[in-house]
Amino acid sequence: MDSTQTFQVFNRGPSPGARLVFFAVLSLLLMFVDARFRYLESTRSALSVLVSPIQHLATLPGALWHQAGDFLVAQSRLLEANKVLHRQHERDSAQLVQSQSLLQENQQLRNLLAMQQRNQFSVQFAEIVYAEIDVFKRKVLINKGGSARIQAGQVVMDDKGIIGQVTRIYPWLSEVTLITEKNHAVPVQVLRSGLRSIAFGAGNTSQLSLRYMPISADIQKGDVLVTSGIDGLYPPGIPVAVVEKIERDPAYPFANIICSPLGGVDKHRHLLVLSALPALPERPQAPPVAATSGKAGGN
Amino acid sequence: MSYLDQAHPELQRPVSNLLIMASVLGALLLNSLPWEGIWLSLRPDFVAVAMLYWCTHKPLRFGIGLAWAVGILADVSDASLFGQHALSYTVLAFGGVVLSRRIQMFDLREQTTQVFFILLLTYAMYALVHWQVSGQVAWTYLLGCLTSTLLWVPISVLFQSMRQMRVDRE
Repeated sequence: MDSTQTFQVFNRGPSPGARLVFFAVLSLLLMFVDARFRYLESTRSALSVLVSPIQHLATLPGALWHQAGDFLVAQSRLLEANKVLHRQHERDSAQLVQSQSLLQENQQLRNLLAMQQRNQFSVQFAEIVYAEIDVFKRKVLINKGGSARIQAGQVVMDDKGIIGQVTRIYPWLSEVTLITEKNHAVPVQVLRSGLRSIAFGAGNTSQLSLRYMPISADIQKGDVLVTSGIDGLYPPGIPVAVVEKIERDPAYPFANIICSPLGGVDKHRHLLVLSALPALPERPQAPPVAATSGKAGGN
Repeated sequence: MSYLDQAHPELQRPVSNLLIMASVLGALLLNSLPWEGIWLSLRPDFVAVAMLYWCTHKPLRFGIGLAWAVGILADVSDASLFGQHALSYTVLAFGGVVLSRRIQMFDLREQTTQVFFILLLTYAMYALVHWQVSGQVAWTYLLGCLTSTLLWVPISVLFQSMRQMRVDRE
């Protein structure tokens, strides 16, 4: 035996350095695969079965606190709230009747013009389990998941406007990316002028920005932005944001437009998940095999 | 302050695997409480501190592999990139295991400074990955490093006393 080699009495496996390198490389590989290819979603949802009891347990004190608060609310306040809701209900039902007749009329007109009917969508109620899960991300977890047939891509809103979009499904939870998440885009339309644009999240709690709008664009402070529906994902006509501030600097080709979301992106606990994703057109037929193999041979 | 000086004698006390498991799961539970706003950035990483304790005090029982597995669970529980926590906890466990002899020599006050640098490295690792992926640096996240360091003394005293209880019973 080489005399310089250290003699090991107990075999304790690979050295810490070797383990560090092995597990670090494994983590890096996992991160790369997860970020680029999203192959690991099934593994993630399988592991989430292990973690979800802990998560449920962790949200229990908060839920109990809310329940206790609900139970101990004063009667006078309940009566007051009831009165306000009644008044609002009367006002809304008058508007609803009107809008139903408008809907009918619209449907008939579209029939006459042989245009595609707007899709009806049903809604599911959901409740926020976690408001914030990480310092970095504008995401929330809601209490409906794959078992309630939530699908990735569904739109989440509250009574005022759009909150976000379902991005990841677990068996009993699903993850909603808020519209204020950095670089999350919503195609919008200015309600007043019909101008189309895209609203991007700014990464902080309460701001959206409209990018690539020319300085001369017809947009004013206080304009309401609604979804335009041209992406085929968001149903058209749902309120998104209101324009807060417009900076028109002639040195730049684009105006700097800041909006604030109408939906209580970080306020409410109860949300609506719009259930029907619009039907996409059929996938086009695959090109003939001979053509593709010829191409591959050429490369 | 007598407990600050009694670091050495307890080191040989036995500890059950159940206690290790339960403490790490409990830490995971504390981490996933619904923290919000500034409290979220001030939240100490309970899992990291608990694992660091076991890595430094029982390096043969709780090592880099287990820390990596817990990191994967942490990734699932807060929906971060798969392997992001795992990588930073691997670094944490490596620091703990390599420095375990030195840290066991010190008393709690001296341990805290050592632990701070290991935790700083762990947090920096996580923030570095985030910066690479999304291109923004969240400085408030690094605040958690300080609170985690402050947690070292209470957690050490707590775990030490739990180990002692087991000895008394036998």
